[in-house]
Amino acid sequence: MRAVPMKALRIDRNTGRFMLARLLSGFDTGSAAKMGPLTYGTADAPDLPGDGWHRVYPRLTGICGSDLATVEGHASTYFENWVSFPFVPGHEIVGQLDSGERVVIEPVLGHAARGHALPFENAAPGDGDDYAHLALPPLEPGIQIGFCNSTGGGWATELVAHESQIHRIPDDMSDERAVLIEPLAGGIHAALLAIAHCSNVEEPVIAVQGAGTMGLCAVAGLRAFAPHARIIVGARYPTQMRLAKEFGATTVVKSSDLARTVRHAVGCHIVGDSLSSGAHVTIDAVGNSDSIETSIKITRPRGRVVLMGMPADVTVDLTGLWHRETELKGAYTYGTETLPDGSKRRTFDIALELSATFRVERLLSATYPLTDYADALRHAAEAGPRGAVKIAFDMRQNLSRQEKNR
Amino acid sequence: MPRPGFVLDVDKSTPPIMFWRGENFSLEKLPADRSRVIYAPEPHKPIDDIDSAIRHSLLNPIEMDPLPALLFPGMKLTIAFDDISLPLPKMTRPDIRQRIIEAVLDMAAEAGVDDVHIIAALALHRRMTEDELRHQLGDRVYDAFAPRGLLYQHDAEDPDALALLGTTDHGEEVEINKRAAESDLLVYVNINLVAMDGGWKSTATGLASYRSLRHHHNTHTMQNSRSFMDAHKSELHKSNWRMGEIMRKHGPKIFQIETNINNDTFPDPFAFLSKREWEWNGRDRAKFVATQAALKRTPNRIARNIFHGIEALHNMTSIQCGEVEAVHKITTENVWKQQLVEVQGQTDILTMGISFICPYNVNSIMNPILVMCTGLGYFFNLYRGKPLVREGGVVIMTHPTPNEFHPVHHPSYIDFFEQVLTETTVPHELEARFEKQFAEDEWYRHLYRTSYAYHGVHPFYMWYWGSHGMQHCGKVIIVGGDAPTVRRLGFTPASTFNDALEIASDVVGRSPTITHLHTPPLMVADVK
Repeated sequence: MRAVPMKALRIDRNTGRFMLARLLSGFDTGSAAKMGPLTYGTADAPDLPGDGWHRVYPRLTGICGSDLATVEGHASTYFENWVSFPFVPGHEIVGQLDSGERVVIEPVLGHAARGHALPFENAAPGDGDDYAHLALPPLEPGIQIGFCNSTGGGWATELVAHESQIHRIPDDMSDERAVLIEPLAGGIHAALLAIAHCSNVEEPVIAVQGAGTMGLCAVAGLRAFAPHARIIVGARYPTQMRLAKEFGATTVVKSSDLARTVRHAVGCHIVGDSLSSGAHVTIDAVGNSDSIETSIKITRPRGRVVLMGMPADVTVDLTGLWHRETELKGAYTYGTETLPDGSKRRTFDIALELSATFRVERLLSATYPLTDYADALRHAAEAGPRGAVKIAFDMRQNLSRQEKNR
Repeated sequence: MPRPGFVLDVDKSTPPIMFWRGENFSLEKLPADRSRVIYAPEPHKPIDDIDSAIRHSLLNPIEMDPLPALLFPGMKLTIAFDDISLPLPKMTRPDIRQRIIEAVLDMAAEAGVDDVHIIAALALHRRMTEDELRHQLGDRVYDAFAPRGLLYQHDAEDPDALALLGTTDHGEEVEINKRAAESDLLVYVNINLVAMDGGWKSTATGLASYRSLRHHHNTHTMQNSRSFMDAHKSELHKSNWRMGEIMRKHGPKIFQIETNINNDTFPDPFAFLSKREWEWNGRDRAKFVATQAALKRTPNRIARNIFHGIEALHNMTSIQCGEVEAVHKITTENVWKQQLVEVQGQTDILTMGISFICPYNVNSIMNPILVMCTGLGYFFNLYRGKPLVREGGVVIMTHPTPNEFHPVHHPSYIDFFEQVLTETTVPHELEARFEKQFAEDEWYRHLYRTSYAYHGVHPFYMWYWGSHGMQHCGKVIIVGGDAPTVRRLGFTPASTFNDALEIASDVVGRSPTITHLHTPPLMVADVK
């Protein structure tokens, strides 16, 4: 570690605090943040791991659902061996290099960042069919920046990122737009997985459960690459419903009305509480037991459910999945996409392009300084009912002070 | 001698006026010297011996031979009857449909007719339950015919049970129930609640298919009917009559039986609801206060059951049968005698209390679309001559308008509310964009045919019923309505009646004239 102090929020491996956070999160996320495994303080900035690495000074970093799950102690134990403690969370990052260039970070710690051979030429960090590199030296284990001890994360005033993860952004792109590039890329990836399953259908019906940041970004991706699709979104809150419509959803309804709306769109029957047919594809941007079960019930036999919302321990009756031969497809981050016309592009490049089309900065509802992390996390956890979508930390004042000091 | 209808000019001494609010009511003070209240004529004297009157009528029809002369062994006889959508509230037993059908069946038996079918003329309404059918037809008829499949409900979606009779010179296809079409004699048993009921509408609508109904149940027809109640100015009436011509030429021989009923709408415990407020005695006032207070504390579901349990006398005042148009002419004249109230001039604001019931929610829920239809489709159209409210004026309704639907009776209404009204409330636009999909939806068809659901297209028809009112009015306000629901309908919510008047002032100024349509009981304003 380099002995340069930085301000950071850090997650420690402390089982007791994880359990306490889990308990408190049922009442108040802010309290879970204060009493749980997350601590705010001064820490040493990470060393540069080698050639091709850059120091990045975050300007804005978003709070993601997976971050909240970690802070609240709900994250799956699956990740225990894929992350390294202590780590600084935060992977939705727009930052600044020593050169002053503004960049967005593609946080997956892929083969290039870890000095491993690429799975194919020009592969993106998320590509490949063997994740061994994520847990092998030279870096500590970590699926992404924000979950790796070696790199730090975006909820700090400093981190390190590999050249393969860095996307320089134009001067006319605001930080507020840039901080949404990462979730937009995730949404596009899920959308393309959905579209790939119904590419031969003239007017496919694609349902989207959930209209938080990820659901909305998926809608944007669907609208961009499947203009002919009927996109039906189930949302819980008025702001989400409005934005889903603005992002191009054909129909937006309350979550509880999604099944009957899909039924009506495809003109099928209802048998028990399942549709006899259903959407060609459903994107589940919620990822809990109920949403997964609903997704199976509203997707037509031999259809696809794209699981974008990060699930943890869920209980689902999979009889319907078996009977309907439903394909359950995970959608994690991004990589190299095959577009409907057969061409290949990196998801982040597409997201950079589409961020202007959809004016994704609309999704950023509020920013907080790192010191107000409890309020920020509480706001993020209550985003829907409070009429918000994305909450982010704003480190630009820290950056100004650092620049003055330098 | 029943008193005729009456228009009360409100002055400072006028007591507050009762407004229905769904399963409750309120008293509202109308501004003095510029408000008026229209009261229905009192119920006309009923026929004392109903069974004799029925028999006399069947033996002395208009422009047709007596019924026994039309009956012969080996013939196909079909009796069709109006469904549960009228009268409102339901009639005390025995329902006059039962009495008439029993009389017809007696004559058929005497003539040796043994091929008799009885069909409920549902059009696209929901099927009735066994209890509802027994209530209308009596146990004797039900038990004799239903178990053998000879009493059933018209299915507008059964291609094997429909017959295309022809097309009018306006291109309207006339497709009706096949059994009725192929019968040697079709006896239609009608109850005439309002002037637009009966005549060719009984068969051309009640026994028709969607293919046929769509020709007159559409925005164009509704917006060009001024009003539905006035045959001479109703496109709906004209379309049904054109279809009647096709039936006359290519359809079965029809023996039309029409009845008039008086407007004795509420039985004794609720009789004060039909009275004029300044004539309320101490007992009426006490009943009102007690009922209102009790209903406030009663869960909606229970209050709904109480009101839907009301059975009204609806005493029969006249029966006539024979040739369709000749019969209907007399029926309509009788309706006017019972319901017409002369009103001088239009008003800036028309107010109406929307009650718990309309033709499409018997034993069901008055959902938001039906609130709209009752206000702008039915009450707004209770006029002859000119609408009660001037063009660009304001309609104020009172109703809680909850976002609540009966999932069995109104499944397509829910989707209409969630998926169509969120896109547009403009009748011709939603007709063009969405009607076909709802009308042809297999699931709605299935529910209509096998469950107790209104046809998938029915919420559209409700919306079309209100299209003339929507087109005519500058603003529609619902007092006490659930605000998001009211806005979804395209209307303005108001918390109190005075709040509504304040909102209305944006459209009609500070001192508008106000007219309150004190209905039910039903009436029609003859606006001069």
